[in-house]
Amino acid sequence: MKILVTVKEVAEAEDDFEIDGLGISERYLEYDLNEWDDYAVEEAVGIAEAGDDVEVVSVTIGPERAEETVRMALAKGVDRAIRVWDETLAGTEMLDVGAKADILAAVVEAEDPDLVFTGVQANDDAFGATGVALADTVGFEWAAVVNALDLDAEGGVAHVRRELEGGVEELTDVSLPAVLTIQTGINEPRYASLRGIRQAQRKELDVQGLADLGLDASVVESPVSLTAMYEPEAEGEATVFEGSAEDTAGQLADLLRDKGVVEG
Amino acid sequence: MSAADVLAVAEHRQGGLRDVSFELITAGRELADQQGGDLHLAVVGGDVEAFAEELNREGVDAIHTVAEGEEFNHDVYVQVVEQLAADLAPGTVLMPNSVNGLDYAPAVAERLDVPIVTDAIGLSREDGTLEVTREMYGSKVETTVEVDAEEVAVTVRPTEWPQAEGEGSADVRAFDAEIDESAVRSTVTGFEEVTGGDVDISEADVLVSVGRGIEEEENIELVERLADALGATLSSSRPIVDAGWLPKNRQVGQSGKVVTPKVYIAIGISGAVQHVAGMKGSDTIVAINTDPNAPIMDLADYAIVDDLFEVVPALIEEFQ
Ligand SMILES: Cc1cc2nc3c(=O)[nH]c(=O)nc-3n(C[C@H](O)[C@H](O)[C@H](O)COP(=O)(O)OP(=O)(O)OC[C@H]3O[C@@H](n4cnc5c(N)ncnc54)[C@H](O)[C@@H]3O)c2cc1C
Repeated sequence: MKILVTVKEVAEAEDDFEIDGLGISERYLEYDLNEWDDYAVEEAVGIAEAGDDVEVVSVTIGPERAEETVRMALAKGVDRAIRVWDETLAGTEMLDVGAKADILAAVVEAEDPDLVFTGVQANDDAFGATGVALADTVGFEWAAVVNALDLDAEGGVAHVRRELEGGVEELTDVSLPAVLTIQTGINEPRYASLRGIRQAQRKELDVQGLADLGLDASVVESPVSLTAMYEPEAEGEATVFEGSAEDTAGQLADLLRDKGVVEG
Repeated sequence: MSAADVLAVAEHRQGGLRDVSFELITAGRELADQQGGDLHLAVVGGDVEAFAEELNREGVDAIHTVAEGEEFNHDVYVQVVEQLAADLAPGTVLMPNSVNGLDYAPAVAERLDVPIVTDAIGLSREDGTLEVTREMYGSKVETTVEVDAEEVAVTVRPTEWPQAEGEGSADVRAFDAEIDESAVRSTVTGFEEVTGGDVDISEADVLVSVGRGIEEEENIELVERLADALGATLSSSRPIVDAGWLPKNRQVGQSGKVVTPKVYIAIGISGAVQHVAGMKGSDTIVAINTDPNAPIMDLADYAIVDDLFEVVPALIEEFQ
């Protein structure tokens, strides 16, 4: 069996940051493996460890810098990785959901996995749509926001729980091949061990351009474009307590006494 | 129909329409007005007659009922919405940015071969181009996304638009969808409630709520001591529950509990939209966070911009 896990390097903004044009200035950004993808990687690696003959492949769309986060997935037990990038992608301002799905679909067609795991969303652009769009593009079945998986590979069924709103879970049977978008909390992602990190350096990390995937530049043409980015206007009028921790704690304590939370 | 028209898809679960259905009416009506078009609704599965009656609010021009199945099944929804959109040819298909919305909307966009923009918090039509407002970087920034296409699929963030009220006079029609059963490869087998347990945080008057800022499991005890000193109940954001540091019944938010205490003290919680969905109805919100730009600050009535490891012990001290 083969499981393909899509991973994304995401940018996080520091507490104080500045916007420059259509993005946050590079110097205020820190990069990391997307939180949801970390759980997706763990789920795949866990299945591989529990069964014989399971290969786990990761794929990312991203520049060279993204190799750091891809190596993290390799260090956690992914067997090999593919990074999709070329000049066309580097020159593209924003990849919309359709473009990402088309590029990942080409990888799915080349790799022919039985299962694809993606994160529910990437915490930078938060579109939350790539997994399901990919599934439909390649004609796989799917389930979004999966927080428990019981795989019956022989029967060709994934028994999943989908976490709906308000503490309600839906139990669903999904035929394979399928794309599952993985929710945090489904497992406990491991830390990369030193041994894993060393091994990751030797694992295959294949860089492919659009042409290698049989795609041309038209795949990134998109009717969706980012035209503005700004800090939201502060709506709230919070009273900010000032001073040392003792001062602010004192002011908050007074407030809580006033509100009758505590007596005296 | 025309490209100025809007088709919005209602959502229901276990026999009841979800609030977002009525919010979609408001959002859809606003957009249809800007474009000079009509607002059509679709309701798929369950008691569609009763749902149509409830959905018939002011501003709705037509309601299409599709009696296919009892509960949401994405394979059915995708086929129905695709066929309905092909039939009505609206310029915009609006769906909820709910867990189920995310389970079918991207596939609908694929089938219709139209772009999709998710989690909209604002919609407007400028010179013929649709402008969608959405957030990025954990709600730290807002963005405008332009869609240069005749047809588009958009998912709308729940609780952003008010619910439509007032009785409507929509034309209710049954739509005959042709479901290809061989393409239905997923089956919903049941539902389960998962947030039982020892405490009901939604009953508490005062909540001390802890987030990822607490860093380590051992540190949970610190906020527990504060909760004890205040006679408050301890709750948390999702990562604390994901890590297994507190049980699921303590989670506040979209997939946890909705709470409305008199006082909600958010400690080391950023205020991600799914967390806010569970606590924004609190009477008084206090935030303790090192980040003055954290989205929770926008919601807070009182804030302390400082290290929780300094402030919380000082606060405990106050009550001893
Ligand atoms: C479908 C779906 C459903 C979800 N449901 C929920 C839900 O029900 N509930 C929920 O909470 N989340 C939910 N989430 C997750 C949500 O998107 C966020 O990931 C989560 O709420 C973040 O939790 P947090 O604020 O504790 O952590 P972070 O976002 O990591 O924030 C930590 C905060 O702590 C502050 N901090 C750090 N150190 C200190 C310090 N020493 N002193 C003071 N402050 C400090 C930081 O400045 C930061 O603001 C859901 C997500 C999805 C996709």
